[in-house]
Formats: sequence, structure tokens, C-alpha cells
Amino acid sequence: MTTPLASTSQPRIGPGFRLQWEAAQDCHVLLYPEGMVKLNGSAGQIIQRCDGQRSVAAIVAELELAFAVQGLEPDVLAFVQMAADKRWLVWS
Amino acid sequence: MSTAAIGPPLWLLAELTYRCPLHCVFCYNPVDFAQTQNELSTDDWLRVLRQGRELGAVQCGLSGGEPLLRDDLEIIVAEARRLGYYTNLLTSGVGLSAERAAALKAAGLDHVQLSFQDSTREMNDFLSHTKTFALKNRVAAIIKAQGWPMVLNVVIHRMNIDHVDRIIEMAAEMGAEYLELANTQYYSWAYLNRDQLLPTRAQLERAEASTARWRERMGEDMRIFFVAPDYHDGRPKKCVNGWGSMFLNVTPDGTALPCHTAKMLPGLAFPNVREQSLREIWFESEGFNRYRGTGWMKEPCISCDQREVDLGGCRCQAYMLAQDPAAADPVCVKSPHHHRVAEAVARADAPGPARTEHPLVFRDPVNSRRLAGQTQS
Repeated sequence: MTTPLASTSQPRIGPGFRLQWEAAQDCHVLLYPEGMVKLNGSAGQIIQRCDGQRSVAAIVAELELAFAVQGLEPDVLAFVQMAADKRWLVWS
Repeated sequence: MSTAAIGPPLWLLAELTYRCPLHCVFCYNPVDFAQTQNELSTDDWLRVLRQGRELGAVQCGLSGGEPLLRDDLEIIVAEARRLGYYTNLLTSGVGLSAERAAALKAAGLDHVQLSFQDSTREMNDFLSHTKTFALKNRVAAIIKAQGWPMVLNVVIHRMNIDHVDRIIEMAAEMGAEYLELANTQYYSWAYLNRDQLLPTRAQLERAEASTARWRERMGEDMRIFFVAPDYHDGRPKKCVNGWGSMFLNVTPDGTALPCHTAKMLPGLAFPNVREQSLREIWFESEGFNRYRGTGWMKEPCISCDQREVDLGGCRCQAYMLAQDPAAADPVCVKSPHHHRVAEAVARADAPGPARTEHPLVFRDPVNSRRLAGQTQS
């Protein structure tokens, strides 16, 4: 079982799911058996950084730098938790 | 409908062969499948995959018949994966050795959907007319060993629906991530055997209650899909999510279809991938345009407030039950032909054993040639 989410968690794409950019959809998508989830822009920005190496804190720092904003951690944590509930993301 | 309004064929289903070691009584392959001799070549399939991907297809189903009977399956999977498809193998499991599984994994296969006929050896072997149950259990272990997400698909009908509780338990024991309990859709072989396969309402209600209990127990560990039978619902389904809206089926001989069974429809020419590109087929062919959207509808569909929701239901069912592919799907209570569905359901509900006018017809080449001869005479 996945441990509770923390800013030190290092999320990665869950087994059976694949993340890719779809030009035809103009967005990132998650593919899974016989299905597809289209991700909106901010979800795509978060999830493409979920490589099992970066921590949530590192992802937050990168996004805050890239988009010149502050205070993104609650949004990122909420998305990662939602994605974990759907098995899109896992961590050790 | 303008080309701009037509989305991509997200789901490309490649039916690689009609050959199959099983003889399931509910198979949706055409009854005259044995007349198909001329399977597409490896190069044909690779071209279809490339053209599909260029149109925006993302899911590639490799099906049949039994796709493992194609010895170029690994080549096809590798190209599909390289192109960026999520690759789904839909198989009976017959022929999936540990070695073949390893080769498919190396080729990039993303997922295996394994079909089961029932949870018990006797019923599985009877319904598929072969001895396969022990083999399927071995194959399920091979699938798990390769780390593939496992979808178990069990077609549900009168003869196995009372085993749903045990079927779900079996799926949980095997570690399936997804279980599809698919009520039989009455086309092709299943239509021939409809009176033996239609469950009673009481059977359905018990099965739905069992499913609800197991869903609560398994939560996200195993997702259970219960595909409701439209005969009992009185509501038509939005068949393949809308004609020519996202599903493109290529049959073993290269015929491109907007649904698995559309070839049965009269007065409609379907294009072949040997002669036309998928782009021409998807956007321009009469076969794909005829029932797109709502412009083809007549009453009661055309004035119905549900017309965008169900798109009039299934064209094949309208043809089979009302002899008119542009009629409302007769499973709909508003259809003037609904009594034909209601009568079939009432017969299923009548006390005593299912009414049978002929023995179960197994899907095999001998029966196929016999039935093809009948339809031609």
C-alpha cells in the first residue's frame, strides 16, 4: 500500500497507465486499458514531473519558478492525492 | 456533418483473424465468418496502424477470433507500441505460453484482456466447447507475472448468471484489476441462441445485487463493470458511443466498419483498407457517414428529447428486429416494434426451462458454412 501523501513523497505513474502528449487532443493524456483521460493544462504540468525521482516539494518549487507564482503546494497536493485515489499515481 | 465536427477514431479495433480454437455460443463474429479466407498481410496491418495513428487513434485493440493464431502478432504489437498506441490484446488465452507472453511484453504490449466463460470448469468448457478452464487459470498467472494489468471479461447469460458471485470471487483470487461482467448482446451467434441465453429478470436482479456487494468489498482494488442488458432496460444504448464517432473496426479481410456487426446491414457498402486510406474511410465513405449524428433519424427518434443521448440506439438491432436499419432500436419502449423485445423477455421469464426450438449452435466453421448456405438460398 502507498504511504500517506507528504511533501517528501515521490509520485510516479501507476502501473498499467501511460502518460503521453497527444497532438490530436492538444493535451497530455493518461492511457489505460481501453480508456483515456484528457488532462487539463495544470494537471499536465504536474503529472509530467511525476517521475518517481522528484518529490512533491521539488515539483512545487519547479512549477512556482516556471510560472512565477507562489503558494502552489496545496493545489499540487490536492491533485496528487486525487490522482492517487484513481491509481494514476503511486509512491513508495 | 462537416469534417471539422467529426472527431478522431480514438479506438482502433484490429480483428486479426476469424480463426479461433473456441466455439462460443455468444460470439459476435459474423455467422458466415468461415467464408473469409483472405486475411490482411502483416504489411497491410502495419499500414492501417500508421494511418490510424495519424488520424489520432490512441487505443489499439488486437482481437479476433483468436489473435494469438497470427504468428506476426509480435511484429504488429511492436509497431503499434512504437507509434504510441496503448496496445490491448483481447484473447481467450489459448496459445499464450510463458515464452509468447515474454515476447509480447518485449514488443511493448500494454495490457491483456482474458475472456472467461464461467467460474466453473464444467460451464466454461461447455460454453466454449473446448477444454480450456485449467489453461485459463495458468494464463492468468502468466499475465500477472508479466506485470500487465489484467482485465477479465466474462460474457453473462442465462446459463452462468447465477454464478456471478463465484465469478467475481474467482477474479479477485486471480488479482484482476478490472472485471467486465458483460451481459450478452444479441447479435450473430448470440442472436441464433437468444432464447437459451436470455436471463430472467429475477436472475439479473440477483446478479446486480451480488455485484453491488462485491464492489463495496473490493473498492478500488478491483473495478467491476456490469454491462447492463438493453433487452431488459427498455432504454437503447449509445452504440459504440455513436456511429463513426470514435470506433473504427477493421475485420480480418480489411473491411472497415463503424461497429463490430455493421456488415449485416443491407444497402450499405463498407470500404476496404486494401483500397482506401483510413482517412478517406473515416471522413468520406458512405458506410461511415450514413448513420452519423441525428440527420438520418425518423420518428419516434427525430422528435425524441433523448435523441442526442442514445442516438437512436443500435442500427444492427433495428435491422434485426424491425427490418429497418433507420428505425428506432426496438429495445426502446417508444419503438413501434418494442413488443418483439418484450416478448423475448417474457419468454425468458416464463416458468420452466428456456424454450428451445433448436439445440445451442456453437460457433464453428461447419455451422458457419451451413448457415451461410442458408442465408444465400
